[in-house]
Amino acid sequence: MTARTIQVETLARVEGECSLYIKMAGERVADVKLKIYEPPRFFEAFLRGRHYSEAPDITARICGICPIAYQMSAVHAIERALGVKPEPAIRLLRRLFYCGEWIESHALHIFMLHAPDFLGYADVIAMAADHRELVEKALRLKKIGNGIVSLLGGREIHPISAAVGGFYKVPTKAQLLALVPDLEWALQASVETVQWTKGLEFPSFEQDYEFVALRHPDEYPLNEGRLVSNRGMDIDAAEYEDHFTELHVRHSNALQSVVRGRGSYLVGPLARFNLNFEKLPKAAQDAAMSAGLKPPVRNPFRSIVVRAVELVFACSEALRIISEYEPPAVPKADIPNRAGVGQAITEAPRGILYHRYAFNERGLILTARIVPPTSQNLRRIEDDLREYATQLVAWPQEEATWKCEQAVRNYDPCISCATHFLKVRIERGTE
Amino acid sequence: MLILCCGNPERGDDAAGILVGERLKELSIEAQVCTGEPSALLEHWEGAHDVLLIDAVVTGSTVGTIHVWNASETRLPPQSSESTHGFGVALAIELARKLGSLPERLRVCGIEAGCFDLGAKPSPAVRRAVKDLTDKIAAECGGCRQT
Repeated sequence: MTARTIQVETLARVEGECSLYIKMAGERVADVKLKIYEPPRFFEAFLRGRHYSEAPDITARICGICPIAYQMSAVHAIERALGVKPEPAIRLLRRLFYCGEWIESHALHIFMLHAPDFLGYADVIAMAADHRELVEKALRLKKIGNGIVSLLGGREIHPISAAVGGFYKVPTKAQLLALVPDLEWALQASVETVQWTKGLEFPSFEQDYEFVALRHPDEYPLNEGRLVSNRGMDIDAAEYEDHFTELHVRHSNALQSVVRGRGSYLVGPLARFNLNFEKLPKAAQDAAMSAGLKPPVRNPFRSIVVRAVELVFACSEALRIISEYEPPAVPKADIPNRAGVGQAITEAPRGILYHRYAFNERGLILTARIVPPTSQNLRRIEDDLREYATQLVAWPQEEATWKCEQAVRNYDPCISCATHFLKVRIERGTE
Repeated sequence: MLILCCGNPERGDDAAGILVGERLKELSIEAQVCTGEPSALLEHWEGAHDVLLIDAVVTGSTVGTIHVWNASETRLPPQSSESTHGFGVALAIELARKLGSLPERLRVCGIEAGCFDLGAKPSPAVRRAVKDLTDKIAAECGGCRQT
């Protein structure tokens, strides 16, 4: 029996830093480790003793790609603890804010990080020489997403306007209307992106996933909804910790989340699409159907097409919101301090993001818990590799390695978000 | 000339570019501060013909050394990180080169940095380099008050 190892010391084109180790014994995969060596971040500990109003800005610092996800999960969890319900205009603005993040994040991943895999380039710079129009489209889409974030959040990276109770400052209708021409272009560009992605070559690989995503009765999920799965889960955010647990593995500074009693699960575009297809606006459904995409999509390599469909959704939803928007009477509700515990889940571009806060009568945070989407996908990524690598036994080393890297990038993992390692257990043997 | 100052003021010597920008503003010389995020950089220099970009760099030289590269004509030294977190100035320049959107004249001034610790203050050597570089830029801009 021949043994073979696939090892990638620094995985490229992912957010953050990790390495990949796969050991094969003959046709069997003996070991898979996605090694997360980026150091733990300790954000949950930083939050203790801080006023809850600081949580959106502190947690936004967890990620430069998806800070709004952290802000949204934080404000919703805290508002639930305080019994506050934002007025409809604030709710709309938060959805628009999230659309901006989805546009910039999905455009970055589709074109700059994932496309080079399919087109056979080492990176986007090499790809730009032959596919200039794709890179220019990516940059313009990203700029349009950033424009929404910048207008609503005060700046495009680590925005500062989201607050418990609303926004510190809200845009005028005219400011939002100024975004419309760009968003109309982005919508058309997104539809074209779906068409372009459908022509890519996808490995034949499907898995029987447990898909987990939010579901809302009236809309494609962003900020609200019950947490559902294709295996019968249907829970409120407050029940999250009864159904999921995080495990520490020796090779990772990021915890791995599992469904209690079942194991790994998948969050993100594929899960949202499969569980909420009927809630997509017509433009996004049409784009998906024209690409031959209908739920359930079980091939993770096709996530690039689903991300493109979600780009169509985000642009279409942003345009809808702008047409309906009237500024709120008060940008931010004044909320007196009180003790409370609140949980919320929102849909970050990479999947569900869970926050829980407990604070005292002065509003000071006693405990915080954050489970980012990449932690929720980590075990599933390793499970994919365990299955997928068996298809690559006869492949030359370099190509097999590339394909395994691509299998990781299917998930658009954000390693920096995921390294929120909390449990430290030191085992000491006796002599 | 468009002056772009990149860096992170909260990470020790990484503040070098930002500090140069602040000193230039004190001298009434217009300088834009940016994070160095690639798509933002491409946007910043869109339509500009003559760009001076200032950032902290690590090449192995003595901390505080000032480097100047003519990025319009030569590649910058490659970066070590392949993650998006390392997708910074050098890669943005190479991407712009491929896209044909590089300014006609793009010079990169790098101040050799030694410490990137969170919350650390810039080292004395970097502070001296910031002053020297600011003076040189001010002299080039001409007619500006010298420090």
